[in-house]
Amino acid sequence: MPDATEDWPDQIYGLLKEHDIRQVALVPDAGHSRLIKRCLADNDMRVVTLTTEEEGIGMLFGAWLGGEKGVLLMQSSGVGNCINMLSVPIAHRTPLPMIVTMRGDYGEFNPFQVPMGNATQQVLEAMGTLVKRADAPEDVAPTVNATLRMAFNTYRPTATLIGQRVIGAKTFGK
Amino acid sequence: MRTGPTGKLLRRDVVAELLRDRGGLLAIGGLGAPAWDITAAGDVPENLPLWGGMGAAAMMGLGLALAQPSRPVAVITGDGEMLMGIGSLATIAVQRPRNLAIVVLDNEHYGETGMQETATRHGVDLAAMARGAGIGDCRLVKTAEEVTALREAIHGGAGPLFAQVKIDEAPVPLVLPPREASILQARMREAVLGPAAHLQ
Repeated sequence: MPDATEDWPDQIYGLLKEHDIRQVALVPDAGHSRLIKRCLADNDMRVVTLTTEEEGIGMLFGAWLGGEKGVLLMQSSGVGNCINMLSVPIAHRTPLPMIVTMRGDYGEFNPFQVPMGNATQQVLEAMGTLVKRADAPEDVAPTVNATLRMAFNTYRPTATLIGQRVIGAKTFGK
Repeated sequence: MRTGPTGKLLRRDVVAELLRDRGGLLAIGGLGAPAWDITAAGDVPENLPLWGGMGAAAMMGLGLALAQPSRPVAVITGDGEMLMGIGSLATIAVQRPRNLAIVVLDNEHYGETGMQETATRHGVDLAAMARGAGIGDCRLVKTAEEVTALREAIHGGAGPLFAQVKIDEAPVPLVLPPREASILQARMREAVLGPAAHLQ
């Protein structure tokens, strides 16, 4: 059994089940790898690996049209790929919950991750998304729960940003 | 089915044929002229004409087709819109939704912005790209008979299928759907899910 500081991905999976999430759109991130494995093992979830994150916004809009709930998993760099496409759930007033693992955050090693990581929250908020951060393992589940509830109860894009202090920074051995 | 000055099929005639006797068919119209085309064929709740979201029409079709596997879903979009989301052909090919058809009305131009040429004008072969992605049924459509066969395939449930329909480039009169997008989604959801759609 993983200890409490490590089982937040399993807690997210439990919340996805509780909210009857059927479509999981993602571009992989190391921070989401355990959650992705749980979703892939679940026959009631359709996991769709995207070529770019904005595809997921279109897909989850289509899912909602057909009566299914979905969630978009991505890394903070992927948020930048989504900017204009956020107009779709805003104009249609449809739910779009996003769970974002942060790069370019605490202790980042790769210079290319910093510009988008530093701008992720501002960019999402500039595009009308409700954003909440989780910077400690025990905050992840309640924050993701709020993100799912606000999306499906109030029909808009919402996001949880999971900080690099939770995930751990990739250091390439440095 | 009529043809235009270029000898190619007229877009409105193509779409009218594809949406004839449509039954439970759900249609997503890519932004610009394809959205007006599906509206001209009948402004019905089973249509979702797009006013934006360029590049995402095919992926919307995927999400809808996965959620409603027993209903045929047709994405009717333009060459410029498809090119912007071309990677989605790979995503869709991997998922293999049997009830999804992607129909590109290819006039080789960006019609809404002043008829600038798209890549298809210069030889880019969308059907070959779809085939390369792994979509099994990929068609280049140029004749009325091929449009009718495409209509039957859309209803046949042996998808996913991709069709590149060469159409005349002459502009046609605007037929605008409602611009309030919350209405567009809510009316389609009600058509699919009944009144319970609004209580989900």
